[in-house]
Amino acid sequence: MINESSVFWSRMLTELTLSFHIIYATIGVGIPLMIMIAQYVGYKKKDEHYILLARRWARGFVITVAVGVVTGTAIGLQLSLLWPNFMELAGQVIALPLFMETFAFFFEAIFLGIYLYTWDRFKNHKRHMLLLVPVAIGASMSAVFITIVNAFMNAPQGFDVINGELVNIQPILAMFNPAMPTKVAHVLVTAYMTSAFVLASIAAFNLLKGSNHIYHKKALFMLMKLGLIFAIAAAVIGDFSGKYLAEYQPEKLAAAEWHFETEDGASLILFGVLDDEEVKYAIEIPYALGILAHNNPAAEVIGLDQYAVENVPPLYIHYLFDIMVMIGMFMFALAGIFVLGKWRNWKFISSKWFKWGIVAGGPLSIIAIEAGWWLAEVGRQPWILYGYMRTEEGTTASSHVDVMLLLFAGVYIILAIGSIVVLIRMFKRNPIEREIEDRHLQDGEHV
Amino acid sequence: MSLELLGISVLWIFLFGYVIVASIDFGAGFFNAYSLLTGKQHILSKVIKRYLSPVWEITNVFLVFFFVGIVGFFPQTAFYYGTVLLVPMSISLILIAIRGSYYAFEAYGTKKGHKGYALAYGLTGLFIPASLSIVFSISEGGFVNIIESQPILDYGALFTSPLAWSIVMLSIVAVLYISAVFLTWYAKKANDEKASNLMRKYALIWAFPLIISSLGIIIELKSYPNEHFAAMTNLWWMFAISGVLFLATVWLIWARTGYGLAVMLLVLQFAIAFFVYGISHYPYLLYPYLTVYDSFTNKAMAISLVVAFIAGLCLLLPSLYLVLKLFLFNKDYVRGNQDYHV
Repeated sequence: MINESSVFWSRMLTELTLSFHIIYATIGVGIPLMIMIAQYVGYKKKDEHYILLARRWARGFVITVAVGVVTGTAIGLQLSLLWPNFMELAGQVIALPLFMETFAFFFEAIFLGIYLYTWDRFKNHKRHMLLLVPVAIGASMSAVFITIVNAFMNAPQGFDVINGELVNIQPILAMFNPAMPTKVAHVLVTAYMTSAFVLASIAAFNLLKGSNHIYHKKALFMLMKLGLIFAIAAAVIGDFSGKYLAEYQPEKLAAAEWHFETEDGASLILFGVLDDEEVKYAIEIPYALGILAHNNPAAEVIGLDQYAVENVPPLYIHYLFDIMVMIGMFMFALAGIFVLGKWRNWKFISSKWFKWGIVAGGPLSIIAIEAGWWLAEVGRQPWILYGYMRTEEGTTASSHVDVMLLLFAGVYIILAIGSIVVLIRMFKRNPIEREIEDRHLQDGEHV
Repeated sequence: MSLELLGISVLWIFLFGYVIVASIDFGAGFFNAYSLLTGKQHILSKVIKRYLSPVWEITNVFLVFFFVGIVGFFPQTAFYYGTVLLVPMSISLILIAIRGSYYAFEAYGTKKGHKGYALAYGLTGLFIPASLSIVFSISEGGFVNIIESQPILDYGALFTSPLAWSIVMLSIVAVLYISAVFLTWYAKKANDEKASNLMRKYALIWAFPLIISSLGIIIELKSYPNEHFAAMTNLWWMFAISGVLFLATVWLIWARTGYGLAVMLLVLQFAIAFFVYGISHYPYLLYPYLTVYDSFTNKAMAISLVVAFIAGLCLLLPSLYLVLKLFLFNKDYVRGNQDYHV
């Protein structure tokens, strides 16, 4: 018995929770690494500005972590509450990484607590910095394990189905499924990239709003360098993701590319509108789809004509793909020009309009993360477990999901407003100039 | 030991861990909020915050560990409990979301504290155990009907059930009692006589309702149409030990001798009661539909989960020891002699 309205509302609620959680989760994965790098550079260069960067980021980070933790708890339980049939089935094969994720998260939580409350407590400051290693590892491993579960939903393996029963279950094989390498790498690298650009956006904003302190300039330069490295990595891994899709989920790639007919030498379509399977006003890059899919411009790329209509994902994911890729390229160019300009002393990178570009980069990166996840999730439709279980078969039979959606939407609004207000207040009340002054006064007393 | 028994034992131990640390946590938040309302925050706030700050996130992980673990070891629970708990668990999640975030907003986001935030997390904290405790009531059976092969929760029966209400009562009272006893000791350790005396008063106030509500549940279970009560009576001597430990705890608090021992006996008292409840509930996860045997996962997954669990413990235990050493058992930190906050 499938309850159509439950399916719809369950999808809405899952989408809402994930879309909200992913903002805090992405930052939560990337920022510990940024804090660690800043603190390391600070000790290396004996430059208190970098150490203050680490300190101030850590202070803001706690707020975002809190929201990340509670929304992560929500999605963790919602998997069972909204998709009980799916969890009953998939739990038999993929419970291991979910379980391991709680340990990674545990590990991170413990050391984050210690790190936050032991500034200057150790005589050797570097030992304090070392506490960040388990925080950063725990954060990244959480992302790795959860992404493995998502990869399994796209490319399930490690079991056989005989008479409707799952047999020969191999949990490790299920974890190392074909979707896992590209997905995990892509999620990690884009989390680092997004975190760098979000922090860079804040630094640029501060510079625009009149605080010409060298502290913000150092932050900006360091973050743009890091962002550039991760943007390049993201592009390379994105290319591998294309090849994975062409091999294992060709209809997902074909739907994202509006590639209807199987053909050799296919071109890549950007933007455009769809008029009954006819693509209009699009930019076509000849042979690019063959390169993306198989590293060969002349290769045959499977089109949607090979699939039954009921197995094809919604075609609007094409726009999600475009948004993700365009923002990624924009950020790559922005960071590349900035770093190159610093090296070659180009004046315009210090101009106001360029800084506004960097400011825009923060929110844009978040939009790219959202678009990427929607692409990944909507692109897997109609399956919740690719090839084995359709989304509607996994849904709860309970009929109160619509009311829950309203409740959760209310809570997320409260949390979003709350976290933003708290963060703005926290840094407005204690701008960098004042903090440096206060710290010097304190040190003066000791001397 | 069968894998089924091993799995449920591990999960039950972690759930017990959650019951204790979360009770301290939620109770502390509530007492903090209460002291704000009654103008006593100058006595309590400082010491409560010093305890809560580094540990709140860890508390939450115990809960996540339990529900991820139970779906891992017993995937059918996802089907039965997942379907029927949509509404009650969503309410718990919403409360947890408010509690966790507003705690962080207040503790880390403001220098001097924020009354509104403190009230928000203090009050929501008290309702979390109440909403979570509904799962215990549902597990007793009688509230879930199978209609067209789907489990459906009977809200009317649940809301009018004296058993459900007495379990809710116990969950709230236990939170207040456990955290009051703990904070009596913690404040004493911090050399904060005033706070310690106030918490001692609260501990003594909540001791009596605790016993009343526990007895209430036992009486309700006696007339309940499942085998649970019969199984419990076989373990009456364990209840007796738990009762003696309770009296000893109260006496230690009353006589102001050995608050540290009182906390230890309190944990032991609850551990025994919690395990008697669990053992007598065994093997049912949900009367009468689900037992640990028929809901158990496959052998390969069970073994890999156990291996992951042991590996995880090797990582966690030393880390938890470090937290205890740095914060709970470090005199300078507890007394607030140092400020090493980021």
